[in-house]
Amino acid sequence: MTRAATSHVNGVVTAVGVALLYLPLLAVAVLSFNRSRFGVGWQGFTIDWYARVLHDEVVMRSAWNTLLLAVGSTALSTLLGTMLALGIARYRWPRRIEHALATLIHLPIVTPDIIFAAALVVAFRALRALTGLFELGLETMIIAHVTFQISFVALVVRARLETIGPEIEEAARDLYAGTFDLVTKILLPLIRPGIVAGALLAFTLSLDDFVISFFTSGPDSVTLPIYIFSSLKRGISPEIHAISTIIFTVTAMLAVALQSLTRKCET
Amino acid sequence: MTRDEQLRISDISKSFGSTLVLDHVHASVERGEFITLLGPSGCGKTTLLRIIAGLERADEGTIVLDGADLLPLPANRRPLNMVFQNYALFPHLNVFDNVAFGLRIRRIAESEVMTRVRAVLDMIQLAPLAMRRTSQLSGGQKQRVALARALVNEPALLLLDEPMSALDAKLRAEVRVELRQLQRRLGKTFVLVTHDQDEAMTVSDRILVMNGGKIEQAGPPSEVYDHPSTRFVAEFLGAANLIDATRTENGVETCYGPLKLSRGPSWERGTLAIRPERIRVSAGEPAPNRLRLRARDVVYRGDHFDVFLEPGNLRMWCESSNALRAGDEVAIELPPEHLEVLRD
Repeated sequence: MTRAATSHVNGVVTAVGVALLYLPLLAVAVLSFNRSRFGVGWQGFTIDWYARVLHDEVVMRSAWNTLLLAVGSTALSTLLGTMLALGIARYRWPRRIEHALATLIHLPIVTPDIIFAAALVVAFRALRALTGLFELGLETMIIAHVTFQISFVALVVRARLETIGPEIEEAARDLYAGTFDLVTKILLPLIRPGIVAGALLAFTLSLDDFVISFFTSGPDSVTLPIYIFSSLKRGISPEIHAISTIIFTVTAMLAVALQSLTRKCET
Repeated sequence: MTRDEQLRISDISKSFGSTLVLDHVHASVERGEFITLLGPSGCGKTTLLRIIAGLERADEGTIVLDGADLLPLPANRRPLNMVFQNYALFPHLNVFDNVAFGLRIRRIAESEVMTRVRAVLDMIQLAPLAMRRTSQLSGGQKQRVALARALVNEPALLLLDEPMSALDAKLRAEVRVELRQLQRRLGKTFVLVTHDQDEAMTVSDRILVMNGGKIEQAGPPSEVYDHPSTRFVAEFLGAANLIDATRTENGVETCYGPLKLSRGPSWERGTLAIRPERIRVSAGEPAPNRLRLRARDVVYRGDHFDVFLEPGNLRMWCESSNALRAGDEVAIELPPEHLEVLRD
């Protein structure tokens, strides 16, 4: 094959790949502006479905729950994940233990959500039996989200910490900094891009999560992904397309922000 | 000059795992002295500096600075500052804030911080760059910021860990001279670590030559160079001919025949050292330690010729004018006052 032909083939393959990724999403977005309630025939442009979604009390309550859950769990997991990363990277662990800890924070990322979710249900049941608290609801969902978000935050922050050589800290100590000054004046400012990136990632993951939310939610804590899932049983409506399109847009914006931050991190 | 001891290092030992890095080191530094710890990598010089700075713990021994025991204090409580090998500037702070860091941590009034930082930046000619980010600086500028960041705190002792190793050769030569001038002007005690013998010779009042976790020899550059006391020192600083010798009644016996010395050796069998530039081509008059040898190789080195003589393997430098050629026979003298009797 000539070089030109090869590059054409590459172009086509790329186009097909991107199309596979985005055509379904594009279809949903298009249908969300379709006047037709049933079927896929185009019957004219409308933003009625969006208006209807915004006036639907159940949808809005779900959206509010989703936001509360994402903000609450992100705040907690960012704090805990950063502390975990600092602890792993800066305490003088024996080498083998440090490796083990690094593996331990990777593990939740590759663990299937469904297993995590089932484990959490069991855990909450046990805790409920012991304490009488942990009734399934927004609080248990926040705890559940934090448990998987911590790993992601810790991973991102730890990668950032690793770029800071030990000499920087030694220089700070040599210039009279105690541990508090070292953390607040040197380490935190230097890893801030990592913390923000970790938080954005955690936030996105929480917004999108269905499996873990579904298992740990209560009757009053329906989130948008759960709402969409339950509506699907009654058939797909244009409202669902509208909600999906909004969620996708928000997530995409967060992803773009995350990427530009990561790039800034590298320079 | 009266002795005014500022720093006393006594019996310091340190191991990393099963490797002994410092082996009962003793040393003393006078106030206002420029001291250099010189040695190859792994000789323990950096570890000793880091122990003084508080970045490493000694297994044994004591260090006294200005009459006070230094080792119990953590690094951030020691009245000394360090210039790091790769400068370790804080990348999120500009030049001014880097220099001000130590003062601000000690809660010095901001007005005084301003005055002192400006004064130091003026002194090392960095005032115009005060608001720059450190990533926008050249290597030489970074090095100066690191120096300013330490000196602004008016440390009792300034520690420098290979501060010039990241600079290119030309700049290094300039910075050496500047560093020496700066130290003279401030009258502060500097302790420098380097593996570069030229650097050590240029800047130091005294050199402590280290090898295998021990101080092999301590003294002013000229003394350490002219009168090396061990094989290691003779070979590490400059070039040296080492000659095995056995003591006789009025000198030593060597593979070049009997040689006269200016002082008798304390050993029965041992080593002599003579620098290549101290070996003279004989002028013809009778002189002690006169040898007839053949030039095996003559290497042109620009400002001198490097001549390798046989039998044996003596190396001699001679001026370009009296050009020798390989194969020539030559009469040389090993002046007794330049034949150094080594300890080992």
